[in-house]
Amino acid sequence: MKYKTIDHTADLGIEVFGSGLADLFENAACAMFDLLTDAGNLQPLCETSVAVTGEDRPDLMANWLRELLYLWTGKSLLVKSTKIISLSEYTLTAYVYYEPFVAGRHIIKTEIKAVTYHQIMVEPEAKSWKARIIFDV
Amino acid sequence: MELIKIDDYRWEVPKSGQMRVPGIIYAGDSMIDSIKQEEAVKQVANVATLPGIIRASLAMPDIHWGYGFPIGGVAAFDWGTGIISPGGVGYDINCGVRLAGTSLTGKDVKEKLEDLINSLYQNIPSGVGSTGNIKLAYSEEKKVLKEGSKWALRHGMAKESDIEHTEDFGCMPNADPETVSDKALERGLRQLGTLGSGNHFLEIGLVDKIYDPDVARVFGLFEGQITVMLHSGSRGLGYQICDDFLAHMAKNIKKLGFEIPDRQLACAMIQSSDGTRYFNAMACAANYAWANRQILMHKASEVFLRVLGIGPKDLGMNLVYDVCHNIAKKEMHVVDGKSRILCVHRKGATRAFPPGHESVCEKYRSVGQPVLVPGDMGRSSYVLVGTENAMKETFGSTCHGAGRVLSRTAALKKSKGRSIQRELEDKGIYVRWTGRSTLGEEMPEAYKNVSEVVNIVHEAGISRKVAKLKPMAVLKG
Repeated sequence: MKYKTIDHTADLGIEVFGSGLADLFENAACAMFDLLTDAGNLQPLCETSVAVTGEDRPDLMANWLRELLYLWTGKSLLVKSTKIISLSEYTLTAYVYYEPFVAGRHIIKTEIKAVTYHQIMVEPEAKSWKARIIFDV
Repeated sequence: MELIKIDDYRWEVPKSGQMRVPGIIYAGDSMIDSIKQEEAVKQVANVATLPGIIRASLAMPDIHWGYGFPIGGVAAFDWGTGIISPGGVGYDINCGVRLAGTSLTGKDVKEKLEDLINSLYQNIPSGVGSTGNIKLAYSEEKKVLKEGSKWALRHGMAKESDIEHTEDFGCMPNADPETVSDKALERGLRQLGTLGSGNHFLEIGLVDKIYDPDVARVFGLFEGQITVMLHSGSRGLGYQICDDFLAHMAKNIKKLGFEIPDRQLACAMIQSSDGTRYFNAMACAANYAWANRQILMHKASEVFLRVLGIGPKDLGMNLVYDVCHNIAKKEMHVVDGKSRILCVHRKGATRAFPPGHESVCEKYRSVGQPVLVPGDMGRSSYVLVGTENAMKETFGSTCHGAGRVLSRTAALKKSKGRSIQRELEDKGIYVRWTGRSTLGEEMPEAYKNVSEVVNIVHEAGISRKVAKLKPMAVLKG
C-alpha cells in the first residue's frame, strides 16, 4: 500500500504517494479503506461510478474521499478499489468497486468520521505525486 | 506564537497580522508549555481574523488543536455583521453530556455493579456505526429534528422534568429539516438511541465530594449518591451536516471578500442564505442529539429497574442537567455596557450561565446553570455551576472536559502488553467496550488530569466547583 500514517493528538492522517495524479487519487481511496477495514479481505463484487468537483486539487481530493466515505457511512459499502476514468484539476469521474458490509466477515478497524481540510496537501514531487489528508476519527 | 501572561489563569495572544482582536487562553503555568507545543495557539489567532468577532478569541484550559477552530474554543460574532462557521461548532454537532442522579447509594448497587454494566452493554447500542432498535421513516425523522427531546417525551421516553433540565429545553426552535441533505437524513434513520464510538461513554458513578452543599442540594446531589453520566452527540447525521456545509462554504468563500487562513475555517455571514441555512440545519442536528441522549438515558433507567428489581420511585432517577459542548447559539450579551445579539460558537466548551439568567430553568435559576465536565474513565468528573464572571469574561462559557495528551497511536503503544481492563478493575472500576482498540486509545493516561483543568476555571471564576464524581463502571463505544 503506497501510504503511511501520520500521528496526531486527537486524530489520524495519511501521506499517500502516486506515480501520477490518477494513481495518487486511487491510492488515497485504497488507503482510507485500509485504515477503516482489513482491505486485503475485500472483494470487488459490485461496481458504481462517482463524479466529484473541487475548487483546486486539495479540494478535489477532499471531495473525492468524502464521496467514497459516504458509501461506507451512509450505505454500509466497503470500497476495494477505484479506477479513475477522467481527471482534471477541478473534476474527476471514476469507477468504484466495492462489496456490502457483512457483520462477522468484515472487521472495522477505525471509525473514520470525516475527511478534513486540516493541513490538506496535494503536490507534485520530482517524478511523482504526494498528498496529505487528516481524518477525524 | 507569542504569549503574554495576564495573571495566574490567563494568557494573551497579542493582536498581530490579520487578527481583529487578541486571543485569550485560560491556562495555568503547568499547562502552558504543552499548549504552546501544539498548533492550538495559532488556531486561536486564526479565529481572531474572522469578521464580526467580538472582544477576543477565547480558549478554555482543555484547549487542544482541532480543525480550524481549536477544541476548547469560544468565539462570539455580531449577529448582524459576523460569520457563522461549521468548523467553529465541530463535526459532532451538539456533542454533549448529561447527568442523572438517583436515590441509590454505593451500597445499594455494590453487589449488582457488574450485572448492571453487563446489561447496559447488552442494551445500549454502541461502537462504530452502531444502529439502534429505533428505525425511523423520513417523515418521523424530520419530527425528531424539529422537536428534539420533546419527541422522546411524546414517545414515553422522557419526563417533563427531563425537558426542563436540558439546555434550551432540548430543542432549538429554528430547526428546519428542509435544509438537511438527503445524505444526512439517511445517516440519521437508524442511529437514534445509539452511543457511538471513540470517547463517547455511559458511566455509573458515585458522588465523591461536595464542594458547595447549598448548590448541590438544589441540583439534587449528595455525597455517596449513585449517578449516571453519558456523553454522546448527533451521530452520523451531525457529521454529514457539518461536512456538507463545510464543503459548500469552502467553495463560496472567495465570494465573501476576505481571506481565511485555513480552509477548515470556511464560514458564511450569519445574515446570508448560507449562514441561515447552516444555523437551521445545525439546530436539526442539535435536536437529534438531545433526543438521542434522552433515549439513551431512558434505556439506562430501564436497565437499572430490571437488574435491581426495583420500581421507578425507589430508583429515583432524575436528570440533573444536559449540556451541549459543540454548538453555535444566538445569545444576548453585554459588550462595552451595551446589550448585543451575538452568535456564540462553543467548540469543546460549555455554556455556564449565572444565577438569575432567564435561560436557566426555574429550579436552578437562583443558583446558576449546572455545568458537567467529564474526565477520563479512571479518575473523576465534575459538576460545576455558571457564574456572573463567565458572563463578563467568556460569553458565559467554561471548559468541557480533560482533553487528550496522547495521540491514539501513542496511547495504543503505551497500553501494549497491559490489561487496561484489569488495571481499572483493581481500582474498583468495571469497564466494557465495543471497538477493538477503544480501551487502549481511551486509557486514563491518554487524557490530561481533569482536576487541573477544573481548578483553573474555578480559580479564574468562570464557573465554580459543586461536586466531584468518581467512576464505578464505564461503557465505552
